[in-house]
Amino acid sequence: MLIHHGQGHVRLRNRLAAAAFAAACATLLPAAAAMAAPTPSPGSATVNRAGTSFLTATAVSVGQPVQVTASTGDYLYWSFSATAGQTTQVALTVALPPAAKRTGASTWTVDVFDGLRRRQACTAGAQTPIAAATATAVELGCTLRRVRSWAEPWSGDPLPGTYYVRLSVTDLPEPDLGLPIQVDMLLGAEGDAGADDGELKAPLVPPAKPGQVVAQAEPVDPSASPSPTPDDGSSALDWLPDLSARWIWTTVGGVLAAVAGVFGFSLTWRRRRS
Amino acid sequence: MVALSAVLPTPAHADDNEPVETAVPPRVELVLDVSGSMRAADIDGRTRISVAQQAFNEVVDALPDGTELGIRVLGATYKGKDKTEGCKDTQQIVPVAPVDRAAAKNAIAALRPTGFTPVGLALRGAAEDLGTGETTRRIILITDGEDTCAPPDPCDVARELAAKGTHLVVDTLGLAPDDKVRRQLLCIAGATGGTYASAETPAELTGRIKQLVDRAKDTTTVKTPALVAGGKECAGAPLLAPGVYTDREKISEHRWYRVPVRDDQELRASVSIALDRPVNPDYGVLLRATAADGRELVRGTDAGSGRTDVLSTGLRWSALEPDVESEPSTDGPVKPTEVCLVISNSFAGSTANDAPGMPFELTIDVVATSPAPDAPGLGSGWLLLLVLTIAGLLTGVLAGWLTRWWVATWRTN
Repeated sequence: MLIHHGQGHVRLRNRLAAAAFAAACATLLPAAAAMAAPTPSPGSATVNRAGTSFLTATAVSVGQPVQVTASTGDYLYWSFSATAGQTTQVALTVALPPAAKRTGASTWTVDVFDGLRRRQACTAGAQTPIAAATATAVELGCTLRRVRSWAEPWSGDPLPGTYYVRLSVTDLPEPDLGLPIQVDMLLGAEGDAGADDGELKAPLVPPAKPGQVVAQAEPVDPSASPSPTPDDGSSALDWLPDLSARWIWTTVGGVLAAVAGVFGFSLTWRRRRS
Repeated sequence: MVALSAVLPTPAHADDNEPVETAVPPRVELVLDVSGSMRAADIDGRTRISVAQQAFNEVVDALPDGTELGIRVLGATYKGKDKTEGCKDTQQIVPVAPVDRAAAKNAIAALRPTGFTPVGLALRGAAEDLGTGETTRRIILITDGEDTCAPPDPCDVARELAAKGTHLVVDTLGLAPDDKVRRQLLCIAGATGGTYASAETPAELTGRIKQLVDRAKDTTTVKTPALVAGGKECAGAPLLAPGVYTDREKISEHRWYRVPVRDDQELRASVSIALDRPVNPDYGVLLRATAADGRELVRGTDAGSGRTDVLSTGLRWSALEPDVESEPSTDGPVKPTEVCLVISNSFAGSTANDAPGMPFELTIDVVATSPAPDAPGLGSGWLLLLVLTIAGLLTGVLAGWLTRWWVATWRTN
């Protein structure tokens, strides 16, 4: 009787653990659901300018609405910074000039480049829509790949750092160039940090200063230069992985193993006592 | 302020050890066509010149403080029929300086549509008015008719000014333009990396000029890239420190550079070639990093087709592993490896061979290398939980049996 009661206790504990674990999973693991359309974050100021080159790209942040007037044929650049684990979504709406002034259909393109000006693939979204001659507006979108925390130098994987968005019209009848348009852009992002291993020591943030031609490469004294792995006190805990979902999975696994161990132990004693 | 700057994204390196520099005032020159055709009354029933004058007045009123604005006119004074004389007719009516609003407005009000349209000469004059400097300078060209004074062809002049490497951008505005004017202005804008817009209402004209003046203000924070001339081969090519450079290369030409990279460093390079002239619809750019002996280390490439402003690519490279073993043996200073970079393109076009090459921007950065991560010390996933639970269960059962067996033997003894 007493043992039965104890077993009920174990079962109850198991159920409680499972329930607690399920709750933890629901809150901590990334939702696999499709990304919702980006919404402006409350209280953020509208950006009303755009750059005309990589160097002059206007910096915007996620959730900050952008609204600029421009001319058909302008190349408009914005930049944003992304962190590891982030999946960014770009949503653009171009209000086209009055159809009476246009002579034909136009093809619009949104290109996204990383900090090294490498073209980034869009996994979803209308990247190059064609606006009919009578259309009043055209919508563009691009969902980027999830940003990795580390990648081999030879790979083209998206890495933390600056990203550039370029809006351009890639094909249209020449007389339609130079007409006024209005562009609305919004960035959305979601994702969890630290989902994979490795760390990029310096984010892909390009230098903006003019360079300098040097006469000769300066030799460096290996004893004087800081060692890549300094052995000071602050790095004593460096071997510990960063906080991530893996800690929760492993800990929960340990707890489950302990509970299962106690349960297994009790199984071997049940028949003898009853 | 600190909190705000922490929230704002940083598109470029913020150098902590860089002394705070005094902001360079934006320098803009408006170049206005005051030729006879500006008398045409076809913008909402008003003459083109009156619309332009009103727009200029509004721009002068709304000018941000600290902007140095100059105004140059063309075709404003010569009333005769002699083309040689008429095509020299361009004057600066407001010098490039912090603007004196009253004087500028008086000068604008006095303009009467008169003569020829020497656009090329006016562009040269405007470039001289703006002088040289560390930041981009903008010319805003407003015209309603095509150049009547070629040669020099204004588009060639624009390309020639751009090739001087002084980073001059010509934004163009067509007042009720026809096909010829539009093509000419598009060519001028394309050659210098500027923009083209047509204005068919007074509001469009004012709005666009204001926007372009604002842009000039934005670009003062960006210093113009350093001019460099790449080598024909790796040996003897210029040795580059981190930063932004600009150079030109002709179609099918190769340009070489060298970058010193230490064993514990990673090289990052990117290049953007600007399409400053009409080219055939399909094109590509290739950036390769090679060792001194010509062995290819890594390449970045991009290709495209159709209308675009620049074609860009980039690459990262670092030595596989920092050579820790060799460190004790070298007592003296270590010479960094020199990585060669070569930029080539696969553009095709009908441009004359003696024309200046296509401009490109080269960005070099050398940062700490990011070593490959170790295998993860922690696990994740349902399979992990299952394996751990089964292992725990088996251990518990085994421990139970062992205890039973041990208690049984203890009792019998």
